[in-house]
Amino acid sequence: MATEPSKTVVPSAPSPAFWRDPDKRAMVYQALVVAFIIWLLYSIVNNTAVNMESRGLASGFGFLSTSAGFGIISTPFVPYSEESSYFTVFLVGLVNTIIVAFVGCILALLLGFVVGIARLSSNWLVQKIATFYIELFRNIPLLLQILFWYSAVLKPLPGPRELHEAGETVFFSINNRGLIFAEPVGQAGFQYVWYVFFAAIVIAWVISKWAAARQEQTGQQFPSLSVGAALIIGAPLLTFLLLGRPLEFQPAEMSRFALRGGVTIIPEFVALLLALVIYTAAYIAEIVRAGIQAVSHGQTEAGLALGIKPTHRMRLVVVPQAMRVIVPPLTSQFLNLTKNSSLATAIAYPDLFSVFAGTTLNQTGQAVEIMAMTLAVYLTLSLLTSAFMNWYNSRIKLVER
Amino acid sequence: MATDGNTASRAVVHAGDLPDKPAPIATEGALAWMRDNLFNNVLNSVLTVSALALVLYVLPGALGWLIFNANWTGGAEACRANPDGACWPFVTTRWEQFLYGFYEKSERWRIDILLVVLAIGVAWMVWEKMPARRLVAMFMLFIYPVFAFIMLYGNETLGLPIVETPQWGGFTLTLVIALSGIVVSLPLGVLLALGRRSSMPIISLLSTIFIEFWRGIPLVAVLFMATIMFPLFLPAGVTFDQLLRAVIGVALFASAYMAEVVRGGLQAIPKGQYEGAMALGLPFGNMMRLIILPQALKIVIPGIVNTFIGLFKDTTLVLIIALFDLLGIVQASIADPNWSIKSVPYTGYAFVAIVFWICCYSMARYSRYIEDKLHTGHKR
Repeated sequence: MATEPSKTVVPSAPSPAFWRDPDKRAMVYQALVVAFIIWLLYSIVNNTAVNMESRGLASGFGFLSTSAGFGIISTPFVPYSEESSYFTVFLVGLVNTIIVAFVGCILALLLGFVVGIARLSSNWLVQKIATFYIELFRNIPLLLQILFWYSAVLKPLPGPRELHEAGETVFFSINNRGLIFAEPVGQAGFQYVWYVFFAAIVIAWVISKWAAARQEQTGQQFPSLSVGAALIIGAPLLTFLLLGRPLEFQPAEMSRFALRGGVTIIPEFVALLLALVIYTAAYIAEIVRAGIQAVSHGQTEAGLALGIKPTHRMRLVVVPQAMRVIVPPLTSQFLNLTKNSSLATAIAYPDLFSVFAGTTLNQTGQAVEIMAMTLAVYLTLSLLTSAFMNWYNSRIKLVER
Repeated sequence: MATDGNTASRAVVHAGDLPDKPAPIATEGALAWMRDNLFNNVLNSVLTVSALALVLYVLPGALGWLIFNANWTGGAEACRANPDGACWPFVTTRWEQFLYGFYEKSERWRIDILLVVLAIGVAWMVWEKMPARRLVAMFMLFIYPVFAFIMLYGNETLGLPIVETPQWGGFTLTLVIALSGIVVSLPLGVLLALGRRSSMPIISLLSTIFIEFWRGIPLVAVLFMATIMFPLFLPAGVTFDQLLRAVIGVALFASAYMAEVVRGGLQAIPKGQYEGAMALGLPFGNMMRLIILPQALKIVIPGIVNTFIGLFKDTTLVLIIALFDLLGIVQASIADPNWSIKSVPYTGYAFVAIVFWICCYSMARYSRYIEDKLHTGHKR
């Protein structure tokens, strides 16, 4: 204690009154906001508890194990019957949402890229058609498009009884019960086709790594893209043919009233998917166009001056730079598509919203728990998508000093 | 013949310029244009032919159905007799319902006045030659909504009979939801954007959570919450109108998107502007009000209009919670047994699509016009 050096005292300016000190003022503001939020949350929780008690609603997640007691028109991957629990209903809805969102994102991306490039085509007619497509579908509400495809296009289709006679075997049919086609069933040995397929993917990946390394060292190029594609498509096909085509298509059969067997894609799914893809593709097309146009014209000209082939110019010079502009807004379009898939509830496609936040909520009245679970799913999907896209974005972004 | 020989040997001198020879047929006019724009290589020629085939396949059918084969007069019988064309009498006999919903017939003049004021106000704001545009914008943003509410809902002391909200419907309801959404979301979005960029960590965190929450959930979920959960959150005995709850939900949802748009604008303002304002000793409020926001909001006008277009289209979702906006009321009218004709659903949807398309497309054009005006330079 005694060895402590003596401090020189610096006379400081008198500290300002606390309401003139930005730091202290910030503290006060934040304390007020926190107090307000706590009060708000407290009163919401309190009111909800009181209201639920007065309405005789039980709380908790016990209802999830109760039997649901209603049928669902489409339950892929999840075994479901009317005796299944509400939690199974949740899973069925989740799977249906993921399927429509996943397929929708891929198709919308493909269509959007095609339309976006057509929008920049040097062909006047193609360019005008692409513009017309974009302006038409972007400016009509999505819900209207879903209702249109469902109740104006798919529902008025003739029924299976008008199209097929009893006892007829049907390989492909579009009717008001949906899209029905023969079910491909793998015979003995078909699993080898899968093995070869996966092996081909691994080999193609190894080849592309090797080709990149060789080009880095020697400058020699190797057509790894086309070789890889040929391998992935060709090898399983060859195996398939060598094994004597171990695949059988089991057609649907027309009974007296409906088609039995085969694979059915319900019209609700088709309508929702069509509307989501067509609507979102119009936005993606504009993003693609803006991305390609954002690449300075000097880059294309430099490519021309270097005598790079047009396809390589596009693939190696323009597209990688355009991707940096395209990816962030593309993320939000994928998120929009996923969130918009909840409009399924308007045409009763059994997605998460329709079967869980709709039917289950109506039956059990467990509004708080069910909405919390549903919102958690959408928020998680949002976070996952943006996390993936952020990772991708950081991978392709411009490396600066 | 000597004279002839003389003439032949004489030099030919033209006093003026000879008229230009016509350009080769392949470099000028329609043919050259087609060669340059439609058939400049094999791929493009193939594309042109297939695109032309597509147009010729779709266009005559669509135009015929919408216009030439359509039923323009008569009633349901005329449509039943000719099912291969649009049934426009379905729209013309019901347009009042589509516009006003179930609003009291004797009180519909109130909506008319509001629509006229709205049209004038919007035109004034959009037309750049008009004086006092900022004043009009302030009027439309702050005074018009109050005026509109009094006119629509009614006020006994002013002698306007009350019209309850379940009677509101049709295009009026679409406008009510969309406009209240924008009027609430614009100021709230600015506040949230400022909050997210604030140096106060708690404010910034809370704003970020709020924005990301609303942007992460679908609007259908918001509307469900507004109908089912919102009453649970309130103290017992306090009830809110169904429409008001939907409007609050839509407005909060839109303000999260608006906040992100405004944040983009705030980020685009160079740091020197902030530093200049601080060097002048402006307090935070004045710095934002006088220096930053006028610049930031100006450059995000296209983004704001685009958000509004999205909001406008999204108002159709209220039909899921049984409010009858334009789409909802047309959907309900289609089910009318007197009009159970094959062409009626198509006509109804086509009508709604046309109305929304015209509104959204004109807004989009305006947004693009502003964008082009702001985006000078870098053009090629």
